[in-house]
Amino acid sequence: MILSFMILLPVVAALVVATLPGEDAERAGRARVVALATTLVEFALGIWLWTQFDQTTAAFQFSENLPLFAPFLNWSLGIDGIALMLIELSVFLMPLCVLASWVAVKKRVPEYMAAFLLMESLMIGTFAARDMFLFYLFFEGGLIPMFLIIGIWGGARRIYASYKFFLYTLLGSVLMLVAMLWMVNFAGSADIGVLSKTDFPKDAQFWLFLAFFASFAVKMPMWPVHTWLPDAHVEAPTAGSVILAGVLLKLGGYGFIRFSLPMFPDASAQLIWLVFGLSMVAVVYTSLVALVQQDMKKLIAYSSVAHMAFVTGGLFALNTQGIEGAMVMMLSHGLVSGALFLCVGVIYDRLHTREIGRYGGLADTMPKYALVLLFFTMASVGLPATSGFVAEFLVLLGMYQTSTWATFVLTTGIILGAAYMLWLYARVAYGKAAGDDTRAMPDLDAREIAILAPIILATLWMGIYPKSFQAPMKPAIAEVVARLEGRQLATVPTDMSLSPALPALAAPAAAQESHH
Amino acid sequence: MHPIFTSIAIAGPETVLTLGSLAALMLGTFSGKGKALTVTSLFAVAILALAGFTLLDAPAGITRAFDGLYVADDFSAFLKVIILAAAAASVLLALPWLNESGSGRFEYPVLLLLATLGMTIMVSANDLLTLYVGLELAALPSYVLAAFHRQDDRSAEAGLKYFVLGALASGILLYGVTLIYGFSGSTQLDVIAGVVSGQTERSIGLLFGIVFILSGLAFKVSAVPFHMWTPDVYEGAPTPVAAFFSAAPKAAALGLLARVMIVAFPGNIAADWQQILIFIAIASMVLGAVAAVAQTNIKRLLAYSSIANIGFALVGLTPGTPEGISALLFYVTVYVAMTLGSFLVVLQLRRPDGSPVEAMADFAGLSKTQPKLAAALAIFMFSLAGIPPLLGFWPKFAVFQAAIASGLIALALIGFVASVIAAFYYLRLIKIMYFDEPAVPLASEGSSVNGAMIAACALFCSPIGMLAISPLVAATARAAAALFPA
Repeated sequence: MILSFMILLPVVAALVVATLPGEDAERAGRARVVALATTLVEFALGIWLWTQFDQTTAAFQFSENLPLFAPFLNWSLGIDGIALMLIELSVFLMPLCVLASWVAVKKRVPEYMAAFLLMESLMIGTFAARDMFLFYLFFEGGLIPMFLIIGIWGGARRIYASYKFFLYTLLGSVLMLVAMLWMVNFAGSADIGVLSKTDFPKDAQFWLFLAFFASFAVKMPMWPVHTWLPDAHVEAPTAGSVILAGVLLKLGGYGFIRFSLPMFPDASAQLIWLVFGLSMVAVVYTSLVALVQQDMKKLIAYSSVAHMAFVTGGLFALNTQGIEGAMVMMLSHGLVSGALFLCVGVIYDRLHTREIGRYGGLADTMPKYALVLLFFTMASVGLPATSGFVAEFLVLLGMYQTSTWATFVLTTGIILGAAYMLWLYARVAYGKAAGDDTRAMPDLDAREIAILAPIILATLWMGIYPKSFQAPMKPAIAEVVARLEGRQLATVPTDMSLSPALPALAAPAAAQESHH
Repeated sequence: MHPIFTSIAIAGPETVLTLGSLAALMLGTFSGKGKALTVTSLFAVAILALAGFTLLDAPAGITRAFDGLYVADDFSAFLKVIILAAAAASVLLALPWLNESGSGRFEYPVLLLLATLGMTIMVSANDLLTLYVGLELAALPSYVLAAFHRQDDRSAEAGLKYFVLGALASGILLYGVTLIYGFSGSTQLDVIAGVVSGQTERSIGLLFGIVFILSGLAFKVSAVPFHMWTPDVYEGAPTPVAAFFSAAPKAAALGLLARVMIVAFPGNIAADWQQILIFIAIASMVLGAVAAVAQTNIKRLLAYSSIANIGFALVGLTPGTPEGISALLFYVTVYVAMTLGSFLVVLQLRRPDGSPVEAMADFAGLSKTQPKLAAALAIFMFSLAGIPPLLGFWPKFAVFQAAIASGLIALALIGFVASVIAAFYYLRLIKIMYFDEPAVPLASEGSSVNGAMIAACALFCSPIGMLAISPLVAATARAAAALFPA
């Protein structure tokens, strides 16, 4: 019942918050308190969930099954290690989001908090769902609160961004829904556990994979369907960006590992050239685009696309290291990019601009802030002892066994990543302040430190002792890898010296040959 | 007992409605001028409720009456419940509007009762002639209702347009009936089915008959390419009348269409009408979605929305399976709630000068001036767009599930893509209400009856309504099974 409770509590709180009585100012204050209290309770429940979790098994735990909405779907919940860690990430970031919006959001505070609480419930539901249609319900349901968050509380071009976000992701998802309906019709069950063990015909797997890919690639987001992300990020309020980057982007990776890999193992093995090709383009292209951004949020958004390409690369290495690396990368990116957006939010609240050129010299005027920003810059670059290092290292280790070429290209992403992040830091923190208003900005206050400090600790913990985070996921990942074992891999150039042609171009023909 | 009395007893709802509408006419004529409308309206609601009660002790299984012209089964009973409920809601929701507009005459509920009588006959028709009688009985009062606000040119125009095109469609339908009679030798649905399934070769004459019947019925459900009247009539007709048109007649005509196709034309010939229906469904979904994007009038928008929704509902009919019919009935039920709810919100709002709201721009910032009504309308819009977890997603899910189970994957794909296009214009209204700054501060008319109906519809369409899925689908499955005698 714990999972149901965790899903329903924020919904109830959202209803309470939205219908609070009183004057506007009074309502806003109460809404903040209720939202913070609820998210903290959720966090506590999440920790309790972790302590009760049996790390030795890949089976779904805390299972519940009620035929509440039969015959369409069952209220069927349960988590394995992968879902557990992503739930932990969600409940960890949520109270920080509420705190980050404490003073920054001034209009329609109760509605804002209600939307965030709904988001939390839908995200936990997505990770906890064991019925495929229940998963779809939560997965798509998240669109509504996010659409409202961007559209009501966003920046100047918020309406364009909210539409783009909504329609892009909806179009990807309906293709997936058609595939889901076909699969359930074929397998006779919508239970994810059953479907993960169903062997779909190989030629059907191909189309099913592509339909799911359409949805997850947009959510991920992968190049070339990533263009909604920078728009959505730039226009969303700070906390909205944190949730977008921290949790919503994980839905794509979670989808790949929960659906694509175990349900369509043959198609996954055959289509790694597609995923590797797109990941390689994404890493190089979006890193270069990030280099020339003038808007801090846009820069971090593009860096997210590059980091997510590491996730897809790691997942489709189809081995233990790669998938584990991808999972750690998702957790690490959730913390680090969330924190970077919070850092941008801190100075945006003071100067109301995200333009890099308007800042400078913050190391002198805001030393505490400069230190925190430096830490997260390094974590984003992947400095050893931070979570980013563990993630990138594992991903590249896994990928190397599948394709050295792809590994080579992705490794350049680390260098480019260092380039744009350090240059960003140099322009913001060093040099001279761009103006008197920049110089007059006060340093971090207690609330902001309270938001950022937990993330610093978590990032360090994950960087120094990643085993705490990996251990729960290991059995579940082993199960996925077992499903993939022995599948016919697409012919990908694995040795650099033997294959002078570009892998992304050479591979498709080879893959298609072996497919027929 | 004489067979005619047994038959009358079986046709309980129709009997009650016939006597009730005549009584209502007398009641309206003899009650005082000031309160005639209110008294007749309440009486009409009571009659509709009474007609609903007669369904309770209907015999189980399939009962034929009037020498096989009429059939009472679970299918007709289910649709009658929806039709009667939608009609009762249409009587009640019109009261404030009629009193304000100066068109507050007691004939409104009487005409509505007569139209409802026609619709109940439609869903119980077991013969092409009963079908025609029911259809015309439903249509004629509707033409008058469309022109009910006779001081308004637009309303008169809507009535005339509806009448001319409706008469044409009836003619086409009647021609189809004669063709089918000529080539099968009967007008009774089950007899036609016997003749059709005995044929080894495809009969071109029957095929023509089916095409004409489908065309005539496509007009009634406002499916593309016979949809042209819908936006004009919805826009011109008084808003309560447009609300009525969008709900009960659609349920009745879809039920009629399903019964004729499934019962009279099973077997080999089904593949022929399925092709036509696939085209109609795709054309309605796509055109309904694309054409609505450019609308600025909320009633026209809802008209195109109903065209698109009919397309989705017809997807449930195309496989010709019990699952598909069950999905169709489920679609109709939820659609009626969504569309009535949307019209109720439009009816409830007033511009500062007391005039009704029609332009979509008037909704700007509604979430600040009327947060409750805006939230309800947002639920209806997201629900019409088919976004989970709102209830409106599940009927789409059900019809496409039925389509995919029959191998109609391409149809499902096109349908879902059309639903994404449609999401665009539903979102536009939400954007206007939630993202834009208020332009005109709209007032709420404040009718508590309408407010309660809005709340009920919104609750049903919200995620809470998902709890109704299980009982509802059980009922629709039972109703659908009645069309497929083992």
